[in-house]
Amino acid sequence: MTAQLPATLPITRGCPYAPPDEHRRLRDEAPIQRVTLPSGETAWAITRHEDIRAMLTDPRFSSDRRNPNFPLLVKGQRINTGFRASLIGMDPPEHGPARRKVVGEFTVRRMEALRPRIQEIVDQHIDAMLAGPKPADLVKALSLPVPSLVICEQLGVPYADHEFFQLHSSRLLSRVTPPAERKASIDALRDYLGELIERKAQEPADDLLSRQLDKQDDREELVSLAFLLLVAGHETTANMISLGTMAFLERPEDIRKIQEDPSKTLPAVEELLRYFTIAEFAVSRVAVEDVELGGVLIKAGEGVVPLSNLANRDPDAFDHPEELDIERGARHHLAFGFGAHQCLGQNLARMELQIVFDTLFRRIPGLRPAVPLDSLPFKDDASVYGIHEFPVTW
Amino acid sequence: MRIVADTDLCIGAGQCVLTDPAVFDQDDDGTVVVLVEHPEGGQVDSAREAVKLCPAMALSLQE
Repeated sequence: MTAQLPATLPITRGCPYAPPDEHRRLRDEAPIQRVTLPSGETAWAITRHEDIRAMLTDPRFSSDRRNPNFPLLVKGQRINTGFRASLIGMDPPEHGPARRKVVGEFTVRRMEALRPRIQEIVDQHIDAMLAGPKPADLVKALSLPVPSLVICEQLGVPYADHEFFQLHSSRLLSRVTPPAERKASIDALRDYLGELIERKAQEPADDLLSRQLDKQDDREELVSLAFLLLVAGHETTANMISLGTMAFLERPEDIRKIQEDPSKTLPAVEELLRYFTIAEFAVSRVAVEDVELGGVLIKAGEGVVPLSNLANRDPDAFDHPEELDIERGARHHLAFGFGAHQCLGQNLARMELQIVFDTLFRRIPGLRPAVPLDSLPFKDDASVYGIHEFPVTW
Repeated sequence: MRIVADTDLCIGAGQCVLTDPAVFDQDDDGTVVVLVEHPEGGQVDSAREAVKLCPAMALSLQE
């Protein structure tokens, strides 16, 4: 039997943990099929792990968001900003050299060197949380400020401006922001970063943006890079801190496991990344040639939207995929994407999550939700899944 | 068995280093450095895992 067409994307998650049944049916009955986007345009939805990996390593699928056929999941998102593409919007031959200029800033070794400072930041925020009123909002107390402060220090962005860029980032990631407001947020962030980089050109400091000034002749390209790293660098990890904490609080035996053996935290982080797959649509592409994928002919000019959340629960790729098993040890999930665009900040994210979970449950062993978990305001309206507010007490 | 790394394809994701830092490293620019060209014992499994995880398909094995 063929699934009913067309399904419409995006679909609200069925429960905070799982993809909706409608998506799952899509995967089981027709793993590659036409779907309707919020704009009314159609695209191909791809749901199998193997097919998404093949797609993301095939140069016939383009990342160029200026392509008028690029599938966008937010109505009114197709606005001409007139700005240079950032890394995620580049194709070869432009992409490789541009990524190479910055990837050295994110090596495993460099991230490891940040560990003591990240630990200090986490401890300071937990100190403040413990000293403040109960219940506390975990999002404001820990989830958002920790990765924001870390990415600010790394880039050389003044953290004092965090309210400004957090507001505009959340507007950009919301699916309900009107197009004019979206454009205004993009302009505001770009102007801010442009001025900041101009100041760094006059007075360089020991930070990523100052170092990139030596490698980038193109100031506009550097503003685009700063924009990408700032926006992608805090909201994503923030949401994983909130969702991961929620999952742990429901599983006290898992908290015990990582407390007794901290080497289990990193595999647990990997499993949480798989399980929640918060940026499932970030890896959309548009075909620039006819391609046969998974037995389906995708024609040049057609959009392709991978449902990574489903692919990360593909039974052909993961045993008992619907279970959250922190000792699974499987790292071939697609939460950070795959192919040449795989998340630049993935090892920073891993380290932040590892330190947060190790520290949070050690320092606040009595941590518990202050409201029923199913009443939390989940980000069903955002391009990156998460929780708006998470009241906790201890 | 020999580990072959195509440094032109490498995108510096570091998945190989996370798999086994005794077998793989990155230079200051993020590019893969193979520390053990001919893995033996448990490092054979590490090498296979790293090949599977490499997002840029920059790693391969010559059996």
